[in-house]
Amino acid sequence: MNTASNEKQKSLKMPLINLALIALLIILAAWPLLILPDAEFAGADGEAEVAITEIRQDYEPWFEPLLEPKSGEIESLLFTLQAAVGSGVFFFGLGFMVGRKRKEVIQP
Amino acid sequence: MFERKYWFLAIFLAVALLPRAASAMHIMEGFLPPGWSIAWVLLTIPFLLAGFFSIKKIVQEQPRMIMILAMACAFAFVLSALKLPSVTGSCSHPTGLGLGTILFGPMAMTVVAFVVLFFQALLLAHGGLTTLGANTFSMGVIGPLVAFTAYLLVKKARGPQWLAVFLAAALGNLATYVTTAVQLALAFPSEIGGFAASFTKFASIFALTQVPLAISEGILTILIFNALVAYGANELKGLKVIWKEG
Repeated sequence: MNTASNEKQKSLKMPLINLALIALLIILAAWPLLILPDAEFAGADGEAEVAITEIRQDYEPWFEPLLEPKSGEIESLLFTLQAAVGSGVFFFGLGFMVGRKRKEVIQP
Repeated sequence: MFERKYWFLAIFLAVALLPRAASAMHIMEGFLPPGWSIAWVLLTIPFLLAGFFSIKKIVQEQPRMIMILAMACAFAFVLSALKLPSVTGSCSHPTGLGLGTILFGPMAMTVVAFVVLFFQALLLAHGGLTTLGANTFSMGVIGPLVAFTAYLLVKKARGPQWLAVFLAAALGNLATYVTTAVQLALAFPSEIGGFAASFTKFASIFALTQVPLAISEGILTILIFNALVAYGANELKGLKVIWKEG
């Protein structure tokens, strides 16, 4: 009895905690943009390239990438595709599990 | 039953073989001298082999885990596509390997990291083929090892489950980029100040940018882990990764 009421309390609290965590995530992602209006927000790897050239002025990369995305648009297409397919697979699995659990509850 | 098993395996492979775009705040193509490139490849190979056997074991002995494995990989792929702004005014991305490390151990994640890094080096000019060994070592070996250690320590201390998940994801993420800074500092010691000066420089670029992202990844991993525990109890009970909180 006690465990059951605990479970119920927990299931009522969880969505609220989850919503708060999601809000926190959005704030964490957005606030650098707000506090640094003039920053470029370029990739950290590009900055490392500059740092290497500062330390070793004569350093030449000895290998070039074989293929490069033709433009920023193509690159963002591939990124979007990656995120979309990844979340597709993830939520396909989660949906499958949610459906299975619901079925167990209806037909124990 | 068998059909379902192959269906999930097919989805997993489809995701793994898609053009990988993960951005990569990893070491750039051609930016590691040949000697270091080879050294990191040699160091990574044993972990990669252990990882293949670890995944093979999961697939053979616990076929019902294949779906969870595919989901953990998919999570890593989504997260490594998200380049987020950070307080240093530059962008970097989470690794997403903390979740899979908690569920399947660090070795399996070496393979996932390798696949992600290989395709992004090949097709997207992020990271690089000549730096693949070094990048797999930082993202696929050190990151997951740190994540796993953090998880086990909190578990052993009977700390709360959420804290273990958070620390595993956040510290694994951070450790990846600290390792990147170490690798670059080893290859490019500064003329004045040597390794330490170079490390400070690279760490301030990679690791500092990564701190807020590590926190974000930790929070996101808690959310996803909770969802998996709530609905995937059948699969997860065989893993011994979840403990009852007192």
